[in-house]
Amino acid sequence: MRDQRRGPLASVGLHTTLVIASAVAVFPPLWLVVTSFKPKTEAFSTDVVKNPTLRNYQHVLNDTEFLTWFGNSLFVVVITTVLGVFVAATTGYAVSRFRFPGMRPLMWLLLITQMFPVAILIVPLYNIMSTLGWLNQPISLIVTYLTVAVPFCAWMMKGFFDTIPVEIDESGRVDGLNPFGTFWRLVVPLAKPGLAVTAFYTFITAWAEVAYASAFMTGEDNLTLAAGLQTFVNQYTSDWGSMTAAAVMIAIPAALVFSWAQRHLVAGLTAGATKS
Amino acid sequence: MAVDTSRPLDPAAGAKGARGRGGRVRKDGTPPPRRIRHALARHWYAWAMVAPVVVVIGLIIGYPLVRGVYLSLTDANEANVERTIGVNHIPATYTTVGLDNFQAILEDQVFWDRLIWTVTWTVSCVALTFAIGLGLAVLLNRRFAGRTLYRSLLILPWAVPAFVSVFAWRLLYNEKNGILNKVLDGGGIDAVPWLNDPTMAKVSVIAVNIWLGVPFMLVALLGGLQSIPGELYEAAEMDGASPWQRFRHITLPGLRSVSSTVILLSTIWTFNMFPVIFLLTRGGPGDSTEILVTYAYRLSFVNSPRDFAGASAWGVLILLILMLFAVVYRRSLRKQGEVW
Repeated sequence: MRDQRRGPLASVGLHTTLVIASAVAVFPPLWLVVTSFKPKTEAFSTDVVKNPTLRNYQHVLNDTEFLTWFGNSLFVVVITTVLGVFVAATTGYAVSRFRFPGMRPLMWLLLITQMFPVAILIVPLYNIMSTLGWLNQPISLIVTYLTVAVPFCAWMMKGFFDTIPVEIDESGRVDGLNPFGTFWRLVVPLAKPGLAVTAFYTFITAWAEVAYASAFMTGEDNLTLAAGLQTFVNQYTSDWGSMTAAAVMIAIPAALVFSWAQRHLVAGLTAGATKS
Repeated sequence: MAVDTSRPLDPAAGAKGARGRGGRVRKDGTPPPRRIRHALARHWYAWAMVAPVVVVIGLIIGYPLVRGVYLSLTDANEANVERTIGVNHIPATYTTVGLDNFQAILEDQVFWDRLIWTVTWTVSCVALTFAIGLGLAVLLNRRFAGRTLYRSLLILPWAVPAFVSVFAWRLLYNEKNGILNKVLDGGGIDAVPWLNDPTMAKVSVIAVNIWLGVPFMLVALLGGLQSIPGELYEAAEMDGASPWQRFRHITLPGLRSVSSTVILLSTIWTFNMFPVIFLLTRGGPGDSTEILVTYAYRLSFVNSPRDFAGASAWGVLILLILMLFAVVYRRSLRKQGEVW
């Protein structure tokens, strides 16, 4: 990070580029929010504030199972996130710091897991879940999401642990801590920003997953949000009003988690830059 | 403060010892017992730390993989798999057919058409996402008023669940009433059939995927940029290096470990990107935006009768292609000295 010795022209260029990029980034979700306040019949109108109404929200909250779905999602996602962050951190740390037999195959395994298309796994997985009696149980989604999120999070944590100097581990070792102790007492506190990003990623993965959620959970009461949202706009009905209102309410928790993680990210990255 | 440029790129160096390809313990016959005990103790910790991942992945990914490969060698479809109708339990009647499925797929032009489009889609998405992400990350990695605000806005697409975003884009792309066409109309330009013309649909899905992918790239690369010691830039500036030279010789090498990972991952994700295409176009118009994964899904969940064997065979082929890619990619990284 350097001082700004930038001409006015460069400054204008910088801000213009960023303003345009930000507008492109923000517009689609923003338009979704705007649409959610329009009466059903005017879903496609380009007017921004003609006849704004809360009808769509009222309908979604009162006349649909939205709140039940919300609760289901929240339960699955919170447990997935807690477990996922812990497991990803230990795995990432082991891969970053130790050279152990089986490490290469493990890295391969983590990578190959990313390559599995949902379309191939979903039928056999469905069979497993039904054999175990886990269909319509949150645990089926928790386990599945862990396999989706953890491999990548472990990679990410490895990258993050790589930037923490090994001297810190060595000093812990000298002070008589075992590897778990070193990890838990010295490295994890330093890795908080990495953990925040991992938590956010796990959260958003689980919050937004569609395919497994629709396959494993059936019946109005058991759906999660991703599956529930599809009931508003599918091949047969397109209730854009309810869909947009529900979409906005689904996006809010994600945005909250995001802003929390982002604060850690900013604080942590700056610390990370000066760490060496 | 020491500036050790090799450390961020080769962080494991401090913890190495057993770094060689084959492991070093057995090189000189039987190692002394103390060394074994030492090694065991150290590896025990490592193994304990990775055990949960290995167990869960083994069960939830391993079994379906074996089953998928098995199905790809059979003629299983909706009509002959094990099923229960009412009270009657009908056992499976499908048989093994060897590699017939693979032969049929590879001889069919459909596979090659889908493969070409999938590769085009993956390369253009990853290249553009990376370029845009890197450009924005470099811009944001300076000190200026409003930096935090810009960053929050630019990362915003990441905070919105992907399927919600895709529905938002469907609102924008709507041919008759979508805002994009209304804006164009205001400028006197005819409506663009965003999702209904084969070429425009391809451009549209790529645009959405880039929009979804940039925030991740941006964050990863920004993190990488901020881990490059500022002293390096100061030293280079003192030596009279131009901005381009600094970018070329400090920024790019400093980002290498981050970018090699994100490029690999986003290639794999994009190759398998199911929701964007499925929710935006369902592979249409015709099958012009259908990538390999959505086609495989179509075989087992949309078409009738459901062709489980065919879908599995497509899945196995997809996996083989990606693994081939990963091997080649890793080999090229290793040539540059990056090993894991």
